[in-house]
Amino acid sequence: MIQKPVISAAKAAAMVRSGNVVHIGGFLGCGSPDTVLKALVESGVHGLTLVCNDTSVLDEKNGRINGVAALVKAKAFSKMIVSHIGTNPETQRQMNAGESEVVLVPQGTLAERIRAAGNGLGGVLTPTGVGTEVEEGKQKIKLNGRDYLLEVALPGDVALIKAKKADKAGNLVYAKTARNFNPLMATSCTVVIAEVEELVEIGDIDPDQVHTPSIFVDYIVMAE
Amino acid sequence: MIEYVENKEIIARRIARFFKSGDVVNLGIGLPTMVGNFVPSDVTVILQSENGMMGLGPAPAKGQEDKDLTNAGSMPVTVLSGGCFFDSATSFGIIRGGHVDYTVLGVLEVDQEGNLANYKIPGKMVPGMGGAMDLVAGSKKVITATTHLEKSGTSKLKKRCTLPLTAAHEVDIVVTDVGYFAVKDGKFHLMEYFAPYSPEWIVEHTDADVVVDKQCKEFK
Repeated sequence: MIQKPVISAAKAAAMVRSGNVVHIGGFLGCGSPDTVLKALVESGVHGLTLVCNDTSVLDEKNGRINGVAALVKAKAFSKMIVSHIGTNPETQRQMNAGESEVVLVPQGTLAERIRAAGNGLGGVLTPTGVGTEVEEGKQKIKLNGRDYLLEVALPGDVALIKAKKADKAGNLVYAKTARNFNPLMATSCTVVIAEVEELVEIGDIDPDQVHTPSIFVDYIVMAE
Repeated sequence: MIEYVENKEIIARRIARFFKSGDVVNLGIGLPTMVGNFVPSDVTVILQSENGMMGLGPAPAKGQEDKDLTNAGSMPVTVLSGGCFFDSATSFGIIRGGHVDYTVLGVLEVDQEGNLANYKIPGKMVPGMGGAMDLVAGSKKVITATTHLEKSGTSKLKKRCTLPLTAAHEVDIVVTDVGYFAVKDGKFHLMEYFAPYSPEWIVEHTDADVVVDKQCKEFK
């Protein structure tokens, strides 16, 4: 089995270039690749398009800042495609000030658009959003008497994901609710970088227990 | 003369009575989360959390928090025996696929056509829809939980929502702190009222078409 390169967080961050569409795992900071994100803030990169469930938690009064929030604060994203921004006032401020574009996508639709991108599908048909602002500009298709929206695949350039454990081949195992969007984003981008807490030898993960097959993973970064 | 006093507990208490053992339930953030505290002890519901778990348990003891185990509001939780974890596509497959019996969520407005609005006040507050649009479109029954009146005294129940909709024609049940309404045929049907409010008071203080159902009774 071929081993995947284990690289530094700084080297991983350097693979993310201005103009890239970046898929970042995590749900309000749970299961986000914090070590790589910290290096990305330090790299000073700008002009990224973020695809993420949310823009994490930015609550400076209570000293709570997690996930992609520091990147939002550093104005790394010119566009954010997310389902929720309610816990990050800086995202709302940038949106209202016209400093960055925010596209709100229903969470299940976001998951399916990412999954579609990684699974060779042009898009999916979903009833979610019919009769709301979400349907604006989209093709509506009636099937068996029900309206569906055509939601197109959402591919990316670089995926930054987080897993609990990897073997050296790149097979991944996630922990609890830290799984969320990570396995989907492992499939949807040209380059996939997995931050992991534990790296084990090939053969040490029972093949039946692998959540993300190694074929999807290009690089491994050790979590700090 | 009855004076309106906000009472979130009665809302949570009443909603908890809709469930039967085995029901899969998704509780939204805030007031809906309180519903979990009032499920009768002889009823076992399975709580689904859209960030990727079934068998959601109570908050852990202080010091027992696990950074990898949170609910959809990013609060530490526990998992009950027999629970499981899954990715977001599977989670919304469960939701959109009709495998959730009840979704309970808060609203800014709900109207007599079964429309609800809870994700955006243009120009003011835009938290985003999160999983709400999928939950409402996919769950078998949609229950909205809301106080009856705004602090200004305005009815949260409307003839027509004025805010951007989270979903159209999906609400089945509305529970406020004055009563429980079934939404059908373009009207709110008052099924139960909570003392001290009377059906007459409720009709008068609801800015929508309310029908007092023939079966309407006081909730005790």
